[in-house]
Amino acid sequence: MILDRISLEVEEGEFLGVVGPNAGGKSTLLKLVLGLLVPLSGSVQVLGREPGAVSRQVGYVPQYPSFSRDFPITVQAAVLMGRLGNSNWYGGYRKQDHEVVQQAMLETEVADLAQRQLSTLSGGQLQRVLVARALACEPRILILDEPTSNIDMRVETDIFDLLKILNQRMTIIVVSHDVGFISRYVDRVACLNRTLICHHTSSIDGKVINELYGSDVHMVEHVHS
Amino acid sequence: MTGFFEALLQYGFLQKALVGGLLASIGCGIMGSYVVVKRIGFLAGGISHAVLGGMGIALFYGLSPLGGALGAALVAALLIGWISLRWKEREDTLIGALWAVGMAIGIIFISKTPGYNVNLMSYLFGNILMVPQKDIWLMALMDAVVLITVMLFYHQFLAVSFDEEFARLRGVPVTLFYLLLLCMVAVTVVLLIQVVGLILVIALLTLPAAIAAQYLHSLGRMMLMASILGMLFTTLGLGIAYSADLPAGATIILVAGAAYLLSTMTNQIFRRQQHSLKVSQ
Repeated sequence: MILDRISLEVEEGEFLGVVGPNAGGKSTLLKLVLGLLVPLSGSVQVLGREPGAVSRQVGYVPQYPSFSRDFPITVQAAVLMGRLGNSNWYGGYRKQDHEVVQQAMLETEVADLAQRQLSTLSGGQLQRVLVARALACEPRILILDEPTSNIDMRVETDIFDLLKILNQRMTIIVVSHDVGFISRYVDRVACLNRTLICHHTSSIDGKVINELYGSDVHMVEHVHS
Repeated sequence: MTGFFEALLQYGFLQKALVGGLLASIGCGIMGSYVVVKRIGFLAGGISHAVLGGMGIALFYGLSPLGGALGAALVAALLIGWISLRWKEREDTLIGALWAVGMAIGIIFISKTPGYNVNLMSYLFGNILMVPQKDIWLMALMDAVVLITVMLFYHQFLAVSFDEEFARLRGVPVTLFYLLLLCMVAVTVVLLIQVVGLILVIALLTLPAAIAAQYLHSLGRMMLMASILGMLFTTLGLGIAYSADLPAGATIILVAGAAYLLSTMTNQIFRRQQHSLKVSQ
């Protein structure tokens, strides 16, 4: 059993962080919300319906790209994939799809990379492209699995600043291993280690982290203004 | 080579062989590109070898071997696709088994076929010089099926080849398109069997596309270049085979193999130069 008797409700417009140790069930929780996995017991509802039925209204940024990096494809073509399911079921993309994609690429600052090969991007650029692809879905909920695990600190801050802006118009759920960092951005932290405990970001202290990880973790106390 | 072109004007069988080679190149360029970027060469190999089973059964019951090949290729594609979706972790064992069992069935049926002894070698290694007119028409039809399917579902096939998980989340029926993609590979395999035989199919399916992938970075352009390369290899191979009195299928494969080797080496040297240039700067 990976997730045991957990209950979590996410409000519309919330910015939720999910933290916890490796193999604590974070990715499993996301896959349940995305409808890629079905729970053995209990139920998952997204936007009031079965997860699979509303997956088109959910944008997803995976932890590890599930494609090979040297696939012959441009940034623009990869972002256009976000329009699948919204566009025609046959033939090419419509003008409107290209406009949505252009907007998504501008927002994530990858518009000038549009014609570049995916294989030539840096880790940070690729992550932005993946966010752009998720935005091209015009999602009501954006789900990101460790979006900054392979990139440096400065880019990490950039991406979370972007998420903060996006949060004004959509619900965001982000998985991270770095509770200290994300508590600056998120409204609420769900701590997941087979079971689940929720905290408002202001109430996170050393004791909570200690319980979660089972060992002392270095943490800087900070106050939200 | 000039002798080949003079003979081409003179002999109908050579013209048909050339047209057959060109037709096969179209399919091989298009579907070969998918096989290369999705890295399903082993699956394609399984499909092509299992085809012998269908050819053997068709011969035994006095049906058209090409029809039997097409039927067997489609069945093998669906079976292999199902295996790779359902039992990913044992994929290689199961496909390897299907590969050999298909061939074994074919050989048993062919050996039990009454009447004159059919030429097994021509199924295994191709016999483009003996291709009948009606098979040329069938090849053109198969090309049309592949071309129209890919034009209709280019984006879906691209999505399934690029990122299955994401495509699934976007509501693309991934299983359906994956199986359809494999069926198109199966049709192409049958096209190519006419030219180079079922054992050599995999080389002609992958080599032109692999060369194109070294230079081009868009799937569409890869398909075009791979088709043109395929046409070049089959024509050149046919010419050399005619002039030197060699088996056509094997000669075509050697031409393609030599071109791939040459292209890879040039590419490596070019890259190394670029690299040392960057370092010296």
